[in-house]
Amino acid sequence: MDRYDAIVVGGGHNGLVNGAYLARAGLKTLILERRPMVGGAAITEELRPGFQFTTFSYALSLLRPQIIQELELTKHGFLPLLMSTRFAPGEDGEYLLFNRDHDETLREIARLSPHDADAYEQYSHDLDRVCQAVKPLLDSVPPNLFSDDPEELVAMAALGSRLRGLDKRTLHNAVRLLTGSAADFLDDYFESPLLKGYLASSSIIGSKVGPRSQGSGLVLLFHSLGEHDGEFGAWAFHKGGNGGFTQVLARAAEAFGAEIRLEAPVERVLTRDGEATGVALADGTEIAAEVVVSALDPRRTFLELVEPRELPDDLVEDIRRLKFRGVSSKVNFALDELPTHPVLGARPDLYRGFMNIGPSMDYLERAFDDAKYGWYSEHPYIDCAIQSTIDPDMAPPGKHVLSCFVQYTPYELRESDWEAQREPMADRVQATLESHFPGFGALVLQREVQTPLDIERTVGLSEGNIFAGEFLAPQMFFFRPAPGWSQYRTPIAGYYQCGSGTHPGGCVMGAPGRLAAGQILGDRTRASGA
Amino acid sequence: MIRTTPFHERTSALNETGLWQHWSGHLVATRYQASDKFEYFAVRNSAGIFDTSPLYKYRIAGRDSERFLSGMLARDIRTCPPGLAQYTTWLDDRGFVLEDGVIQHRAPDEFLLTCAEPNLAWFADRVGRLAVTIEEVSLDIGALAVQGPRSRELLSRLVPSVGELPFFGITSGTIAGRPVTVTRTGYTGDLGYEVWVEAPDAVAVWDGVWDAAEGYGVLAYGMDALYMLRIEAGLLLLGADFDSSRFAFNDAHRSTPLELGWAWMFKGLEDDDRPFIGRRALERERAEKTSRWRMVGLVVDWEDYDRVYSSAGLIPPKDHRPVHEDWMVYDADRSRVGYATSIMYSPVLQRHIAMARVRPDLAKPGTRVFLEFTVDHHYEQVAAHVARLPLYNPPRKTA
Ligand SMILES: Cc1cc2nc3c(=O)[nH]c(=O)nc-3n(C[C@H](O)[C@H](O)[C@H](O)COP(=O)(O)OP(=O)(O)OC[C@H]3O[C@@H](n4cnc5c(N)ncnc54)[C@H](O)[C@@H]3O)c2cc1C
Repeated sequence: MDRYDAIVVGGGHNGLVNGAYLARAGLKTLILERRPMVGGAAITEELRPGFQFTTFSYALSLLRPQIIQELELTKHGFLPLLMSTRFAPGEDGEYLLFNRDHDETLREIARLSPHDADAYEQYSHDLDRVCQAVKPLLDSVPPNLFSDDPEELVAMAALGSRLRGLDKRTLHNAVRLLTGSAADFLDDYFESPLLKGYLASSSIIGSKVGPRSQGSGLVLLFHSLGEHDGEFGAWAFHKGGNGGFTQVLARAAEAFGAEIRLEAPVERVLTRDGEATGVALADGTEIAAEVVVSALDPRRTFLELVEPRELPDDLVEDIRRLKFRGVSSKVNFALDELPTHPVLGARPDLYRGFMNIGPSMDYLERAFDDAKYGWYSEHPYIDCAIQSTIDPDMAPPGKHVLSCFVQYTPYELRESDWEAQREPMADRVQATLESHFPGFGALVLQREVQTPLDIERTVGLSEGNIFAGEFLAPQMFFFRPAPGWSQYRTPIAGYYQCGSGTHPGGCVMGAPGRLAAGQILGDRTRASGA
Repeated sequence: MIRTTPFHERTSALNETGLWQHWSGHLVATRYQASDKFEYFAVRNSAGIFDTSPLYKYRIAGRDSERFLSGMLARDIRTCPPGLAQYTTWLDDRGFVLEDGVIQHRAPDEFLLTCAEPNLAWFADRVGRLAVTIEEVSLDIGALAVQGPRSRELLSRLVPSVGELPFFGITSGTIAGRPVTVTRTGYTGDLGYEVWVEAPDAVAVWDGVWDAAEGYGVLAYGMDALYMLRIEAGLLLLGADFDSSRFAFNDAHRSTPLELGWAWMFKGLEDDDRPFIGRRALERERAEKTSRWRMVGLVVDWEDYDRVYSSAGLIPPKDHRPVHEDWMVYDADRSRVGYATSIMYSPVLQRHIAMARVRPDLAKPGTRVFLEFTVDHHYEQVAAHVARLPLYNPPRKTA
């Protein structure tokens, strides 16, 4: 039987990050991926010659900068391409067009509301302060609330004193964001419906909430924690899409000595006397390892890869109660030409960034209303990106690829299913695009639709939840994925978890993979020292 | 009145920021769009176009031109046959650098020298009785740099011989029906070319390149982006990383080629019997190891940098815009061992990087030093390590 120090189940970005760190520390590491390619939700596929589609995930969001450094990703082609513009078309010909000049941004806002210009500066500053306060949590293992281990008590105390170190306003803003709605927060600053719609869009991504739901503040805050190319709060596209990024990770992992095996689905984790001993593949092959790490979501980690009988009842129950409820789809297009919006005209340089179709909080909330009752939005929220304007290698010269992230499209449809509704839903998306980019339909060379059901089937993310477990306060930090199990270990010795269902959560961030590796290596050092 | 370049009609139409600066008496774009970093990314990711016309240009011709230049230039011009160009430098008789530049060997008895400052008198006054003519052609020739991974694909559609052109090679052809010379040279450290054109043809050639670039994600880039690119590429800038010995008031403002990291230019010196200006001093410096400095790259320790700013309650600033000033460098005992002259946050390396000179005994890659930043209005020394220049050197540059 093959024998490894560590086996990572799942070659999504977290599995790759985790495997790379383990290999870097000298462990003989094997990463097993079910599909013919690594990347999980972060892949790029050439569905049509010369056209590169970011099938699912499309932007680099919260990737932790430490990972770039520690895994030496720039050696392997890491290249974040920042967006030069952002565009938010509104209703009745209104729009916001941001470039990266601070003063022009304020002037653009003032065009809609002079009041909102410096309010925007205040908002950005307040949000930066909260982000600055919260960010270190992305890089640390949550303390175990339920343990009386002295180390945990020290960690709790350190967390407490961090909070006490914050000024009143920042702490209060943090609590308002973590517990309240994005709408309440934004209403305190702004009057322009379009600006609020634009900003509130970050509060619903991947989540079954509307901007007026409690809990949308948390999603807004989470999405503000990005940082790219040294710019606080920035998001970027990676060269070659998010698949380009996971290829960089795979090269880095291999350079550290990790082995990656494709088309190797793991059937279950082998255990003996409450300890992990290896894995069994679907074809029956057994591979031994001292450490097994699941990079899958918590439902698969706890209910599929191992027998629930091997786990404490309360954990099994907590995992069964975890909310997934995916609401997001992708509709991707290959286009014969640049689609044009009447106010931007045919200037490719004005389309180099997110284009946000969410013209007001009312619009977003109504889109959510449809989902509450089990249907997809009549007028969907769409985050569009013509990635070929930023990375020309993604489409032949003059042609384009358009990535559309769409909400809401609930996993469970009332009295229907996604096999029947896949194309009608995409037609709604296309009709919405047509209303903003007249003549859009005539440019479409190819359309690809990925519903929550498809995401679940292809990537393995349960119910198509893009974060491997919703971003709800009771599913975060100490409680992610379950109370008492937020430190990447499991009740089975030698069996660990490192997917997006663990702290800090989903997004192409890599933090779960990195933090889990830290725990695994720490445990090994402790064990060999004892 | 400030001059405009032969491409001005086109560059001015593209410059949306209204930001211009002066370069050798010419108006050049600082940046074309609000998103200056994007111009930089065009070069690293697709291709960018840069108006480099303000360079000084001298045509040096005649039966004795090679003989003349082999005595004037410190690097051996005889190793550069017709059809090739060479990066070179010229020294004073104390072995200090006057300037650097690129010389194109265009035809058996014809060279084109390009450089940043006027040098006509320096060369012309030293011709003596040799059969050499030197003519300044700065204003007669427009120069357009086309740089980045897609530059070859794009230009070879216009000038097919570009497809096979080696690093520092010279070729010619026509663009939009106008004769052009194309060299595989540039100031970005990437795959790239420069197109040389008679000034009256400049706009037509620009249009030819621009039209061919349609759909390729090509942008015009300005001085801000240029300076970012050249620091990553480890290419020195006169007035920032060194000064001309001719106009220096003391030796602290002078540098030898060895101090600037150009020892590689003199690999064959033993077998080359050329008498050239500065040769004796150079040989003495090599033999007696009297160099005061060595030009190196510095890579700032990202953890230490973040720690210093975060502990002051600040968000660590990471600004890609180059700063051309002196930044002090210390060793582990906190004694001063050199100074950085250009610094930036590099997007391809995701680190603060600098070009710096340190004491020669500290020039070994990996040596730990400290670079001084100002944090909350006081000095903080942040860990960094020495690295070989260029800090960014993609294989496509020379492939
Ligand atoms: C449509 C969509 C759009 C998104 N957009 C963005 C975005 O723009 N920016 C952003 O930051 N985040 C985005 N996200 C979220 C982000 O992409 C995910 O949170 C993240 O990629 C999850 O990474 P992961 O490594 O934790 O898990 P996954 O990517 O889910 O990786 C798990 C891997 O395990 C493999 N696997 C499953 N079962 C087995 C088995 N039994 N044996 C072996 N291998 C197995 C799977 O094939 C998969 O490769 C998006 C997600 C989706 C679905």
